[in-house]
Amino acid sequence: MRNRLRLLAMLAAAGLFAAACTGVDGGDSGDAPGSYPRNQTLFTSGTQWGPPANWNPVMNWAYATGTVGYVYETLFLYDPLTDEFEPWLAEQGDWTSDTTYEVTLRDGLTWTDGKPITSDDVVFTIELGKMETVPYHSMYEFISSVEAVDKRTTRITFSEPRYQQWANWVYFNPIVPKHLWSNKSEEDVTSGANEQPVGSGPYLYETHDQDRMVWKKNDKWWGRDKLDLDVKPTYVVDIVNTSNEAALGQLLQGDIDLSNNFLPGIASLVKGGYQLQTYYQDAPYMLPANTTWMVPNSTKAPLNDAAFRRALANAVDTDKIVNSVYGQIVEKASPTGLLPIWDKYIDKAVVAEVGPAFDTSGAAEILSQAGYRDTNGDGLVENKDGSPIDLKLATPSGWTDWNEAARVIVDSAKAAGIKITSETPADTVVQDMRESGEFDLILDNQRQMDNTPFRYYEYVFGLPILESQTTVNYGRYENQQAWDLTQQLDKTKVDDLAGMQSVASQLQRIQLTEMPMIPLWYNGLWSQYSNSVWTNWPSAEGDGPRYLPTTWRGYMQRGAIKMLAELKPAPQDK
Amino acid sequence: MGRYFGRKLAIYALTFVVAVTINWLIPRFMPGDPVRAMVARAGLQDPAGVAAMREYYTSLFGFDLPWWQQYLNFWGELLRGNFGVSLWAYPKSVGSIILAAVPYTLGLLLPAILLSWWAGNKFGAYAARKKVLDNAVLPIWYVLTATPYMWLAILLAWAFGKVAGLFPVGRSFSASLEPSFSWLFISDLISHWFLPFLSLFLVAFGGWAIGMRNLIIYELEADYAHYLGALGAPQRLVRRYAFRNAVLPQVTGLALQLGVIIGGAVVTEIVFDYRGLGYLVLEAIKTSDLFLLQGIFLFIVIGVLVANFIIDVVYVLVDPRTRVGMGSGS
Repeated sequence: MRNRLRLLAMLAAAGLFAAACTGVDGGDSGDAPGSYPRNQTLFTSGTQWGPPANWNPVMNWAYATGTVGYVYETLFLYDPLTDEFEPWLAEQGDWTSDTTYEVTLRDGLTWTDGKPITSDDVVFTIELGKMETVPYHSMYEFISSVEAVDKRTTRITFSEPRYQQWANWVYFNPIVPKHLWSNKSEEDVTSGANEQPVGSGPYLYETHDQDRMVWKKNDKWWGRDKLDLDVKPTYVVDIVNTSNEAALGQLLQGDIDLSNNFLPGIASLVKGGYQLQTYYQDAPYMLPANTTWMVPNSTKAPLNDAAFRRALANAVDTDKIVNSVYGQIVEKASPTGLLPIWDKYIDKAVVAEVGPAFDTSGAAEILSQAGYRDTNGDGLVENKDGSPIDLKLATPSGWTDWNEAARVIVDSAKAAGIKITSETPADTVVQDMRESGEFDLILDNQRQMDNTPFRYYEYVFGLPILESQTTVNYGRYENQQAWDLTQQLDKTKVDDLAGMQSVASQLQRIQLTEMPMIPLWYNGLWSQYSNSVWTNWPSAEGDGPRYLPTTWRGYMQRGAIKMLAELKPAPQDK
Repeated sequence: MGRYFGRKLAIYALTFVVAVTINWLIPRFMPGDPVRAMVARAGLQDPAGVAAMREYYTSLFGFDLPWWQQYLNFWGELLRGNFGVSLWAYPKSVGSIILAAVPYTLGLLLPAILLSWWAGNKFGAYAARKKVLDNAVLPIWYVLTATPYMWLAILLAWAFGKVAGLFPVGRSFSASLEPSFSWLFISDLISHWFLPFLSLFLVAFGGWAIGMRNLIIYELEADYAHYLGALGAPQRLVRRYAFRNAVLPQVTGLALQLGVIIGGAVVTEIVFDYRGLGYLVLEAIKTSDLFLLQGIFLFIVIGVLVANFIIDVVYVLVDPRTRVGMGSGS
């Protein structure tokens, strides 16, 4: 009897406990102390995959979400959708001669600690490029001097003007306060945590935890007067991701307002009445952010043969990847690999003449013309010396969309007679292979939308080939002529469209006949938002705000910061 | 008694050294070069910059030293309580990352282990004497104990989190709250804690209950139980003796089960996106963060050893025979 009572008591306790717990997750905890009022807080996710650990804008691959954009700001914004630069910290910036550029700051700007922002800060920031480990060190090599002309104006003199790269620099790299940074060592500048960041932007560091970063609105932000812009959320809480599935759950529950995660199947949810929205109402739903390329290792036979690479490019059934792997949330890439925003640089005539198109028998035809025959009768071609071909295509394990895409590539290549085997080593292993050149085929999509197609051609043709290829030309394709043209493009003035087009056209001819990299599809700027708390999200429909809906690193200065000024609180029906 | 514990401690010390050494070794056999990965992420184009940065990170993590020196340095730093710098959350220290996660894992594990052990034993002993109850619940227990932790976790998350919507699924507390000592925060914490706890609790509970039930039946059939019965001792007394005898193997079992339950906690945390050590293990593996990984394993090893030691002590307390044995030995 005693035991039974005890058992009952236990069950009752468990029940009570469960009941006590259920009432809690209402979400609408209001203005209770220790919580962020839901209707004034923007919850974002999809950028931060580890705990926020540094607020160093120079570490532009690892800083806590929003460090650049919310706190540190750039001289200009560049909007890829309109292809326009917008003065931000700068009032204006011009080439005063072929080799000098002058940039003038807005009047009356201050850092959030109250000190004025002057041309000394701009000079200091550019001169950080003297340090070898600062990402823009290679840019600095073309600069001969940087001087402060007056309190607001900085003059940069180039030994060899790289107009395209410089236009990239002024919008991409944030200005840092000299008075706080001047006594930092090189290690501190390029790998320090920079806790308690002091910048100039619309948000201030509030707090952080293992699983979140919290920013609080800066009521004294200069942009409120000077740009008549006001960021709406009082708090921005960026959630650390564990998995895309977890992010999807939180988005559906309305716990996250903006998710920049890759969520397969989002198309059906957007249509399913969950108050979810994407930039486009219909396929492809997402804006294209970068191109996914298949990179052949051009130091290895048979991939060192342009004809073989061309055959491969013709063999891949990209439409099938777009439709069956991605469910149409991505688009097939142009044969040039250039993003739609660069459409004006594409020479359509060249593409029509030499561009590849999916054609299995055509691919087989190219192979046989180039001397690749099936000598042992297994339906697959052999090397010219008769040895069997078995190419390995490596995609990181866990990247399920890429793993599936690899399967499609394997199948369609096989139909054309090329044997490819798909492999899925760990992410870091693929990275190793990519850098050291110990691979046959890999997929890569690191170059994002940008102000100039130079960034893509640099990626495809970059020379010289080093022992370790860290950022460009992973396939180790050597073509001096193409690289000279790429540099010529870099030296073309930004407003010389005809000049850029003519160089781009020559590059495209080389690219399409040589196929150093095979463009497959445009990876999306993955972004889905919930209208339950905030509305007026970026949208291509009607007169929705046309901004990039993302918090990804490097995108705030591509205009995404203005998304926050467009948001409106959702009408509360409670 | 002193000799008994002295010997035990020596064995634990040896285990510790071996475990820590294996700990140090295994991440270093993982494919992928962490320094290369860090430099790659920096996206430096300039070869001089790449070389400089690589050199900096290599010396920072001590990879430029011969392996034996790395190993000795590792022990040196370890004894000073320094676990190194995380690659995943660079430049945070591994110690601070682990410390922040430990309360969540302990908060999940301790109640799950202790409560399931206690309740499982009680309930198993109770069911052993009730034919009807026994027949009804035994299959359920078998299913429970054979259920993989993550599978039950997924079922619970689906049933209580998604379908019924009773509990939040994901993270340790709501993103809209700041940790504070308030009812709002604590209740939120508990509601996030409950499902992961329940999934660990249920699986372990099934195992203990089955074990106890079998042991009790065995003990009640033992000669001493029949003898006591024949002497006319009340059934209650017999059962109490049987229980005390049956609980001993369960104590040993607890020591053996600790490792399994911790393994279960790792996957459970991953399912519920609960930010404890298990979540860290996954992230550390994904990013080849060998310092974080070895730090966590080290922590787990210490935890298991300490728990085992405590159980050793408890065993001496609950089993008079060990005390007698030790007494005659000294």
